[in-house]
Amino acid sequence: MTAGARRVVITGIGVVAPGSMGREGFWDMITAGRTATRRITFFDPSRFRSQVAAEVDFDGRKLGLTAQEVHRNDRFVQMAMVAADEAVADSGLRFGVGGAPDAPEPERVGITLGSAVGATMRLEDEYVAVSDAGRHWLVDPRYASRFLHQALVPSCGATELAVRFGAHGPATVVSTGCTSGIDAVGYGSQLVEDGDADVVIAGASDAPISPISMACFDTIRATTGNNADPEHASKPFDARRDGFVMGEGAAVLVLEELGHALERGAEVYCEVTGYANRCNAYHMTGLRPDGVEMAEAIRQALDQGRTDADEVGYVNAHGSGTKQNDRHETAAVKRSLGPAAQSVAMSSIKSMVGHSLGAIGSIEIAATALAVQRQVVPPTANYEVPDPECDLDYVPKIAREHKVDVAVSVGSGFGGFQSAIVLARPTRRTP
Amino acid sequence: MSRLLVTGMGVIAPSGIGAEEHWRTILRGESRIRPIEGFDADLYGVTLGGQVLDFVPEEHVDGRLMVQTDRWTWMSLAAATLAAADAGYTSPEDAYATSVFLASGSGGNEFSQHEIQGLWARGPKAVGAYQSIAWFYAASTGQVSIRDGYKGPSGVVVSEGAGGLDSIGWARRVVRRGTPAVLVGGTEAGLCPYALLCQTTSGRLSTARHPDDAYKPFDRRANGHVVGEGGAILLLEEEGAARARGVERVWGEVVGYGATHDAFHHEAPAPDATQYARAIRVSLADAGLTPDDVDLVVADAAGTPELDALEAAAIGAVFGPHGVPVTAPSSWTGRLMAGGSALDVATALLALRDGLVPPTGNVEEPVPEHRLDLVRETRTADLDVVVVLARGFGGFNSSLVLRRYREQEAA
Repeated sequence: MTAGARRVVITGIGVVAPGSMGREGFWDMITAGRTATRRITFFDPSRFRSQVAAEVDFDGRKLGLTAQEVHRNDRFVQMAMVAADEAVADSGLRFGVGGAPDAPEPERVGITLGSAVGATMRLEDEYVAVSDAGRHWLVDPRYASRFLHQALVPSCGATELAVRFGAHGPATVVSTGCTSGIDAVGYGSQLVEDGDADVVIAGASDAPISPISMACFDTIRATTGNNADPEHASKPFDARRDGFVMGEGAAVLVLEELGHALERGAEVYCEVTGYANRCNAYHMTGLRPDGVEMAEAIRQALDQGRTDADEVGYVNAHGSGTKQNDRHETAAVKRSLGPAAQSVAMSSIKSMVGHSLGAIGSIEIAATALAVQRQVVPPTANYEVPDPECDLDYVPKIAREHKVDVAVSVGSGFGGFQSAIVLARPTRRTP
Repeated sequence: MSRLLVTGMGVIAPSGIGAEEHWRTILRGESRIRPIEGFDADLYGVTLGGQVLDFVPEEHVDGRLMVQTDRWTWMSLAAATLAAADAGYTSPEDAYATSVFLASGSGGNEFSQHEIQGLWARGPKAVGAYQSIAWFYAASTGQVSIRDGYKGPSGVVVSEGAGGLDSIGWARRVVRRGTPAVLVGGTEAGLCPYALLCQTTSGRLSTARHPDDAYKPFDRRANGHVVGEGGAILLLEEEGAARARGVERVWGEVVGYGATHDAFHHEAPAPDATQYARAIRVSLADAGLTPDDVDLVVADAAGTPELDALEAAAIGAVFGPHGVPVTAPSSWTGRLMAGGSALDVATALLALRDGLVPPTGNVEEPVPEHRLDLVRETRTADLDVVVVLARGFGGFNSSLVLRRYREQEAA
């Protein structure tokens, strides 16, 4: 089979995001331009340089998880399970034994879950106990809990989803740092394209708001030091930006082969028409200002769907709010879209929900899919002071009704990974 | 359809630095399972491991890079260098023509334990500048890409022990979409106090104190596995591209791949081997081969009675009782999680080259009910097709089909 011969659509979306509840709560929040960044409440942040984050008020039990599911799983897995439940319910697919006549064959259902840092929160909490807060290098097993192997190896997240939906197809966790959420959906799409699955439950989850994660970004000054005004701390593309705001959350999408979706009369949000990833082979954390490799990823992803630059109505930016990222990304969009970049709407929802590392890529794909479906683009909150090096239309503060036939969501991460995914209205004609 | 060749391999394993040393060690039947050095593992009820004791990172990794990275990444960097050298591969002019697609199970364990230790003992300022880039699962892939200038579509898969095979599965998708060369496989380094403690909670580790009593896959006295470190990185190239650059030696061809999930329970394997057997069948169908075409199976060899019986059932379901020679080279090194399945691919290719089936170590009394043709002494065989199996904790099943390379495709 030729790669890419089968077409992939999104038929279900589930979101666990800061400051909101579920997919619709998330959409209402980001289109209202409301921010969920606040002073950290999970632990006392006073000894840290960056003391703000976008936290989710999350209670797995109240969202349908059993006591044992909560007990054995790190927060990142719990959030993935909740987001997946919503996505699958939204898709109308009924999995499992004695399922509906239109239920997919369990062998034809795959799982791709992205996560940058896996169960880091649980690993750290447990470490505090077994090392007695760093006193003992030879950690004490008598204080260890039962499920640490799962915490060490994040593929447990894919297992939980496979078991939950009885999915016997290919399953994996994708862990490419901050592009994990795009890459997991991209790989999931490839599984469908290549004929290895008809349905893939694809998404990403991360829960990194813990002392070790905050400390490691503190030392390299990647996160904001703007602790005085947490609600306005995340300022992508604004000249005053001073680093990203840590976030957490999950989003899961139901990816489905087009014919499979049409046959059962599923509602289609959009089509995934392209995905590409490139590395900058430059630096683990640094970015060259020219954006060459991200531009290459965008171009490749557009080419797969035979999309012209001027068809792109919306770019969902990585927009982390670091000095170098926003400049790098602006250059990449100009380089890849050419003159069309001047008229494209481009925004960063990290201004509102923070940067949840690997999860954010899938959360942003969810936002982008909703933008394509609803023809509304979410804004960049807190954007006030333009930066001459970032001179595109960042949709300041207020959501906009806008024609979006094709949208691109991009991501950039430690390790040099640059990813782009292209979503298109199902009504768009393929040339 | 384009053909995918293995043109280079780099091994960093308890059995040796470099593929040839590894191969000699296991052909000699020399176990590298020893008492764990470096810390008192006895505390964790485990005393044995498969460490790469003669790995001198300074010989493989630049000093500035060493301080920024974990032992796991040192091994990946070293193995990637060996693989490229073995293939005679130098970065082509088009930097996008090479991808890095590695598996990782547990990330930068020892580095991270140090940093978390410092944080909790001395406060946030004790955390160094490299924690953010050293411990996450993508660190090795990123560092190899940066050091060697590879800009192609790259990725990292986590599926516990199945990861080494799954990285090859994903690499095939990358090659189908036009990237001619991909580094695959992976390494693992989980022999430090906290990572070992985490692994003991799987309940699958042997607590035996003598190597003869520990990791005994398919033996009546199977009682769990021993954790090893290291792995292998392989260079895969699309046939046309490999020939265009005048490649001199081809290790073998990747002809089939299949992956399934038990989807049964969050940690217990499915009580039948249906999905495991299906992974093997999918990989054979993908290769256009039948079970009769297969000359050797390299087993996952989990080393617990239950998991061994399930693997024997899967192999039996596809190949019939005593239907195919089966070997478990990991018995000499311990299980290296994601690195282990990558190492098994390297071993399978060495077997193809030499027409030698390496033995399974430490088996005195095979379980007769398994009805396996378990290879316990080195065997000569005319090998053409080898299947490599791997499982990941939680129900991941993967199967890879390798074939001896012939320029003319076999009819």
